[in-house]
Amino acid sequence: MLDWNILSYVTFLPLVGALLILLTGGKEEVAARNARQVALWTTLATFAVSLLIWINFDNSQSGFQFVEKADWLGGGINYHMGVDGISMLFIILTTFLMPICILASWTSINSRVREFMIAFLIMETLMIGVFCALDMVLFYLFFEAGLIPMFLIIGIWGGANRVYASFKFFLYTLIGSVLMLAAMITMYMIAGTTDIPTLMVTNFPGDLQTWLWLAFFASFAVKVPMWPVHTWLPDAHVQAPTAGSVILAGVLLKMGGYGLLRFSLPMFPEASEYFTPFVFTLSVVAIIYTSLVALVQKDMKKLIAYSSVAHMGFITIGIFTFTQQGLEGSILQMISHGIVSGALFLCVGVIYDRLHTREISRYGGLVHRMPKYAVIFMFFTMATIGLPGTSGFVGEFLILIGAYQVSTWTAALATTGVILGAAYSLWLYRRVVFGELVKEDLKTMMDVNKREIAIFVPLILVALWIGVYPDPFLDVMHASVTNLMTEHQASMELVKSTLHAAN
Amino acid sequence: MMYVLIVFLPLLAALIAGFGARQLGDRGSQIVTSGAVSASAILSWVALFQVAFGSAPTTIELFTWINSGTFDVSWSLRVDSLTAVMLVVVNTVSALVHIYSIGYMSHDPHKPRFMSYLSLFTFAMLMLVTSDNFLQMYFGWEGVGLASYLLIGFWFNKPSANAASIKAFVVNRVGDFGFALGIMAIYLVFDSISFDTVFAAVPEKVGETFNFLGYEVDVITTIALLLFLGAMGKSAQLGLHTWLPDAMEGPTPVSALIHAATMVTAGVFMVARCSPIFEFSPTALAVVTVVGASTAFFAATVGLVQNDIKRVIAYSTCSQLGYMFFAIGVGAYPVAIFHLFTHAFFKALLFLGSGAVIHAVSDEQDMRKMGGLGKHIKITYAMMFIGTVALTGVPFFAGFYSKDAIIESAFMAGTDVGNYAFWCGIGAALMTAFYSWRLMFMTFHGKPRASKEVMSHVHESPNVMLIPLYVLAAGAIGAGFVFYEPMVGHGYKEFWGNAILLRESNTIMTDFHNIPSWVFWAPMIAMIAGFLLAFNMYIRRTDIPVQLAKTHSALYQFLLNKWYFDELYDVVFVRPARWIGSKLWTIGDGKIIDGLGPDGIAARVLDLAKRASMLQSGYLYHYAFAMMIGVAAFVSFFFLAGGGH
Repeated sequence: MLDWNILSYVTFLPLVGALLILLTGGKEEVAARNARQVALWTTLATFAVSLLIWINFDNSQSGFQFVEKADWLGGGINYHMGVDGISMLFIILTTFLMPICILASWTSINSRVREFMIAFLIMETLMIGVFCALDMVLFYLFFEAGLIPMFLIIGIWGGANRVYASFKFFLYTLIGSVLMLAAMITMYMIAGTTDIPTLMVTNFPGDLQTWLWLAFFASFAVKVPMWPVHTWLPDAHVQAPTAGSVILAGVLLKMGGYGLLRFSLPMFPEASEYFTPFVFTLSVVAIIYTSLVALVQKDMKKLIAYSSVAHMGFITIGIFTFTQQGLEGSILQMISHGIVSGALFLCVGVIYDRLHTREISRYGGLVHRMPKYAVIFMFFTMATIGLPGTSGFVGEFLILIGAYQVSTWTAALATTGVILGAAYSLWLYRRVVFGELVKEDLKTMMDVNKREIAIFVPLILVALWIGVYPDPFLDVMHASVTNLMTEHQASMELVKSTLHAAN
Repeated sequence: MMYVLIVFLPLLAALIAGFGARQLGDRGSQIVTSGAVSASAILSWVALFQVAFGSAPTTIELFTWINSGTFDVSWSLRVDSLTAVMLVVVNTVSALVHIYSIGYMSHDPHKPRFMSYLSLFTFAMLMLVTSDNFLQMYFGWEGVGLASYLLIGFWFNKPSANAASIKAFVVNRVGDFGFALGIMAIYLVFDSISFDTVFAAVPEKVGETFNFLGYEVDVITTIALLLFLGAMGKSAQLGLHTWLPDAMEGPTPVSALIHAATMVTAGVFMVARCSPIFEFSPTALAVVTVVGASTAFFAATVGLVQNDIKRVIAYSTCSQLGYMFFAIGVGAYPVAIFHLFTHAFFKALLFLGSGAVIHAVSDEQDMRKMGGLGKHIKITYAMMFIGTVALTGVPFFAGFYSKDAIIESAFMAGTDVGNYAFWCGIGAALMTAFYSWRLMFMTFHGKPRASKEVMSHVHESPNVMLIPLYVLAAGAIGAGFVFYEPMVGHGYKEFWGNAILLRESNTIMTDFHNIPSWVFWAPMIAMIAGFLLAFNMYIRRTDIPVQLAKTHSALYQFLLNKWYFDELYDVVFVRPARWIGSKLWTIGDGKIIDGLGPDGIAARVLDLAKRASMLQSGYLYHYAFAMMIGVAAFVSFFFLAGGGH
């Protein structure tokens, strides 16, 4: 264990970078260059420091580690930070993706560079904060505030229809947040504290649990996003700049899944059990529905966005199986999806930067001009299909193993997503990369340069690592997930025995 | 250590050739890959003699793969007799195909990529056959699927090749869907997916039921059928066979290696590997028999009328795989693997031989534009001749031993499905002889139908292509004769050891040696009849085929169009999926969800915002929304903090 407040350092380090950028001024061009450099080095440093969390993390402990607690707003509202086996890897995922995003925006963002980098760094702080926060108020602050920079990134640096997209994004999330806020206030009224570990062991009355669960679910389901509140995602992705899409798919969506694991399951066990069939239904519909929709998309980013919804459907299934494989599979799948779908958006970004269109029909035969790109894109296509040996497979299969123990119908229907996934992904790849190179404007396309290779190589390595030897990742989760399950079972038994006594 | 080398040398070679193409050059990548796989092949033969004729099987555990709760899987290499046979088949054919490709692909600009894919395929196939648990098998299973996809679509300029590669992958995924569900069921029932644990526990679970999709079903039968669905996909059995003929879009060496000798036999291997499961489910075995027999028959009928030289052989492969399955279905697993073994040699020989033909006639594949080639390419002709006699089952050639053993086993099973399989097998044997000789006659005999220019270029292939043919021809001649006794003769038990389980009640392995003499002669007569028919129609009276096609045009069209499977699937699956997809998108997402939700509200707010923005800057509403979120956050603070006092 480290005795300095590493979580706070990791959380607020990016903010320091943002301040530095604010201080640097000068001519437009110089300022932009400086901003890029500062942002890159800040995110790299944050990543390096965050690795210390992993290195010093005690896998055998199920509770929170690196805990920091300080008085804050009074009234039982504290500045309380800490990580466990469920949240820790999300922090690493965030800090890992950030430098990649900065590099990906190196040349494609060339207006208001300083502001862009500042927005990104602030967002990093807020995202890490979400995964560290152990106080509901703190969590809510990070969770909601994270929307502002994302909203600005889409609204200012986005595509042609950015206003509509950012508005939709905002509207959906706002409605969810309001309900979550109401639930939080209710919980505070009952428990008298906003301390998450305390709330996790508080028993809320059964009827109330249902309402609280629904309120939280409204917020998390939008974030995940689950069918039918998913329609903001394709628009947001399409309009967002590449780096925005990467963070959106890579980290922001994971907050929904993380929220379910941190709040819904441990705090409202009865309601979670009660709503399991409901979640399974929505997830299965999401998988099949969005896969079919993905099949007919004409816009690359939309296709990948819809496939994201399908993949997140697997994750919500896994979470609600209440099995070790399902839960661990979900966490691992979230990490994997963050990397793989992030990488796919980067793949789209590479060619978008060159041709400035996401229209699939404008491409074709890229392999002739861009063989390296073809290899990279193929790798991530296979990873998103869930080819064994890549990260996509391990999480997906664990989820299905878990689901099968609970409901064969769910497992069987979800598995059809695997067939459809192969169809739309390969079809996309074939139309973009294969075929004859006939279109004039494609004949001058340049293959990926050194900077772009530097972006993809770490992603490929991690995707392979998780695919072939996921043990280091799963080891982190075992203790906390087991604990979550035993707690859940204990409270379910408690419910049963009280019911029994009441009868 | 030797086993590790056998498996990982091809992977190493694939990586070196794939990523070091620029440094190595074409020649370098060919040497590295061919050398590595040849080394693996030699070591495989050593392994076969060590394991099958000597020491006990071994398992080498490499490292943990997935560990979550009781779900614990490791990467490991299990080598027993069954694996050893597969190692020999895979590596031998692969090494020969690697060498052959040096010649065949000599005009292709992407040689290192091709060689790298071939080696990658070999690695995946080796992982599949050396697995000691279901998940690693699934890894190899999908891995060969990937390699197959890449190689079918190797000529990525051809739209037909692209379509075929996607079709192969997706149709295989349908099979894998069953395989995956099977693995999940195995874990649910046995709490493990390692072969040893599962197989040992099967007898205890006989007769137990569990809930699957709302039905109470027999555990063992359900698992066996789900696994078999996977095998049907990979081995192109009736219903999931449609990808195999299209896979011929790939370069011919690929067809020989993947779509004849090795990958497509993975399904047969898998079911044989799972003999301890299938043995306890007569129902599943009956299904396997019927599907296998029907495929053998169906594919042979389609093979009768195809004009593309490679497609004829592809349907022949499909048909032969059917034979292997119904052998398994009647409980004769060793016979199925024996046929797999001999088939690998003569089918690879036929494919590589047809590659030499295609090479000779300037990449023409249509047999209607061949004819009379026998005089010009005598060695190729001789090699194809050996392959044909081996396939059709001429006595003392490889197919004679293995195919006839299958037909005999089916007869001796004595069951209804066994009889069905027997008659399908006899019928298919007749058709096999017919289409094989038809291919020979149309290609090598008669008057040349190719243009003068093509005919003037007809040339024998270089030695680098011919030597692999010689080796395979030796296999096609001798593999049956040499390995009959150890593999399916009276010594079969010592050879297979514990690799294949036959229950006490299953006596097929001794029964099929004692058949009535007419059963012995029946396939022989079918073979001769097929030959005579073909001779009559394509040598003596070449007008008959045209006449027949005219008088029975409905039947002819039906066969030529492969029983309209592709058209049926297009109507039933492909089009509806697209139609539903586009409707869900435009109506579901667009009109219903967005229309009732955000757009309805958005329209109102945007109206307001537009009016406001006339007064202010264009970015007004961005900031407005940002502020609203901020306000929401602040309000929440006050609420919570206030509540605390």
